[in-house]
Formats: sequence, structure tokens, C-alpha cells
Amino acid sequence: MPKDRALALRVNGRTVEVEIPPHRTLLEALRDTGFVDVKRGCEKGDCGACAVLIDGVAVDACLTLAWTVEGRDIVTAAGLGTHENMHPLQKTFVEKGAIQCGYCTPGLIVAAQSLISMTPNPSEEDIRVGLSGNLCRCTGYAKVFEAVREAAAEVRNQRSRR
Amino acid sequence: MYATFDLDRPGDLAGALALLKAKGAVALAGGTNLIVDVRAGRENPRRVVSLDKLDSLRGIRQAGGKVAIGGRTTVTDLLRSPIIAKTAPALVESARQFAGQMVRNTATVAGNIACGSPAADLVPPLFALDAELTLASPRGQRTVPIASYFTGYKKDVRRPGELITRISWKAPPPRSRALFYKLARRKGDAITVVGVAVALDIERGICRRARIALGAVAPTVFRAREAEAMLEGQTLTPALIESAAKAAAAAARPIDDVRASAAYRRHGVHVLVRRLLGQAWEQLS
Repeated sequence: MPKDRALALRVNGRTVEVEIPPHRTLLEALRDTGFVDVKRGCEKGDCGACAVLIDGVAVDACLTLAWTVEGRDIVTAAGLGTHENMHPLQKTFVEKGAIQCGYCTPGLIVAAQSLISMTPNPSEEDIRVGLSGNLCRCTGYAKVFEAVREAAAEVRNQRSRR
Repeated sequence: MYATFDLDRPGDLAGALALLKAKGAVALAGGTNLIVDVRAGRENPRRVVSLDKLDSLRGIRQAGGKVAIGGRTTVTDLLRSPIIAKTAPALVESARQFAGQMVRNTATVAGNIACGSPAADLVPPLFALDAELTLASPRGQRTVPIASYFTGYKKDVRRPGELITRISWKAPPPRSRALFYKLARRKGDAITVVGVAVALDIERGICRRARIALGAVAPTVFRAREAEAMLEGQTLTPALIESAAKAAAAAARPIDDVRASAAYRRHGVHVLVRRLLGQAWEQLS
């Protein structure tokens, strides 16, 4: 039986200690240590509910072995902003009503953040392609796309003001 | 809940190849197939050799007329590369419709080939490019044309412990066109029903090289060689394109499954080969 190992994961800017065997996923490690904004969905890379950023790039935590991301920068949807200082995506998802049941929302926000960091001014098509790995069965996506478009514009504005 | 295994993270290729010699060892690249297969009980590795530290296997280079990409290059890397945009537009088209963003960010080109699926989206465009694969083992390297890599459904010439470290192709001549079409239930996050890649090279109004590669309509991706031969050395006409499309459809050996019937797939090959050949020829004329 493979042995547990103590891992030090860097999540949302802080270090989290977790004892975990080699076959366990980042999704399990995160949920076991309280990062429950990362959702367990299909567990086969179809639904995107478990998306997290690894060094700024969105991946499915359910397909990532925890041992392989030690020392990397892991950010979940909740780590993008705070209640007092929300990330533009967190703000526009609320303002546009891009949320119904909310289960897919953290994954959508993470995927959208990864998209706009690579493509700061995404076209409608870029947004569709960027979010094609996130299943949402409530919103019909129209308001999600609006929220992403507006957040991308807000991020561009913040950059140009600096 | 699912199988346990030991995990190694070697720091270089030689270390990875040495570890992969062990019985029951498998290589882990993006994990978008392997982890799913382990969880479903389809794979039961004793030892997993993660390639996550092998950055030397990731990258896209062009030297002279040749493009070479490392096996660990991701699908997203393809989408962000000016070299790929210029030399392999059909590969870009297939990468865009490949699964969803998170999978594209980790899934690798070598992994898509090595999974052996006839529906693997990057494979038909690589066939149309006459790509070559470099296979590495502790005993050395060998090069295999992708067109002779697959031997049957999920079967290939890769020996146990061998890794696909490099995929390369000759940059196409200026008067050429390559197109890809994925027929599926949706534009993203969907498994291909029919995948078609075509490539035409033209010289003084004559087709010098024709490639028609078909995915998800036979046990492996394959080239419709009879249809290709009908086009090479000819000036393409609608009648000739129609005959080639018919020949390509006849060469397909599709199955009925949950996504489509065999008859629908064969019809799809006929329509899509005709359409893509017509578009490619028109864009070159």
C-alpha cells in the first residue's frame, strides 16, 4: 500500500499541510482541508466544477494528483478576492445574475480568470471556447458570457489606470 | 474508492525511461485520460511515472523547414503558438474544439496520440501533415511516421516503456491548404462523431500532394489513400472531388454507437470530404 506523505501546498497565498497518499487528487486534498468552494462534479474532466488555477492556468483538480503540484501556486475561486475587495469576475457574476444554483460558479470564475489572463480582450467566440469545459445547467450561459465580457473590460480598465 | 499506486516524479528523461522499465509502470502526462481510466478501473498501474518535471519535453520550435514539438506540449500551447498557426492551421482548428479549457491546459499532444483512440482529435491533422513520431527508450530513439504508428483499435507500435518524446513535420510549401472539421453533438466538450483533415499542395494548377485523414470512422485514424491517389497529378473539378469523397466514404469502416450510426458516419465522411476538398481547392485557386 503506497504511503502517505506530508505535503505543503500553497493555496490562496497560504501554506496548507496535508497528509495524503500518491493516488489522491488535488480535489480531495483541497476539500479535506476546507477549500469547499472547489466543487466535486463529474470527476472525469467533463464538467469543470473543480477548476482551480495552478500558476495562473485553470486545470481540473479532479484530474491532478496532489503530489504533482507541491510548490506551485494554487488559487481557488474564493482566493481571487475578498468580500471587501471583490475580483471583477466575482462582482460581475453577482451583478449580472450569472448564478442560479451556484454549483458551477467557482469553476466558471476560475476558467474565466484563466481565459482573460491569456486573452485580455476576448471575443464572444473566445469566451465560448474558453468556457466550453464548464457545464452549467441553470443559466443558459447568456448572463455568464455577459459577466465575463464586463469583467474583462474592468480588468483592462484597472490595468490602464495603473 | 479507486486503485492505489506508487508515484515517481523523475527530474529528467533518462530517469523517467529507467523507471518506466518496471513491470506495471505507466507514464502520466496531462492525466486527462489516465486518471479517468484508473478511476473507472480500466487501468490498474502499480507505478505511475509523472512527467510533470520534464520541461525539456514541452515546447514548439521551427528550424529551417522543419517544425518539432515536444511530446509534453499541451493543446493550449498549440493554440498560442505563431509557428503552429502558420504551419499547421488544421491542427489549430482541432485544438480549438478539443474538450474544454481545463483539459486543453493539461492534455498533451503525445498523450492524445498515445491514448490510441480513433476519435483523438489532434491525430487526423497530424496524419495530413505526414508527421513523424520520435519514440525513446533506455536503448535509444527511433522515428516512426504517424501513418504507420497505429495497428488496430487502441493498438500501436509503441513498446512497453517507450515514450513519444517528439512530433515533427515539414513546414508545408506556400501553395498549400489544410483544413479540419469535427462533426460532434456540440462545438466543445464532445467526443468526435466524424473527424476529417484534408491537405492539398498545388503547383501550377495541379494537385501535387493530397491527404485525406479520417477519424472516428474505423478502428484507427487512417488515410483514404485511394481517394488521395485520384487527386494527385490532377486539376480538381467538382466531379473529381465527388468521386474522391465517395471513395473516402467507401474506405471508412464505422460502427454504430451511442453517438451515431455507422450509416450516418459514412454519410458524414462523404459530405465533409467533398466540402473540405472543395474549400481547400477554391482557396488555392
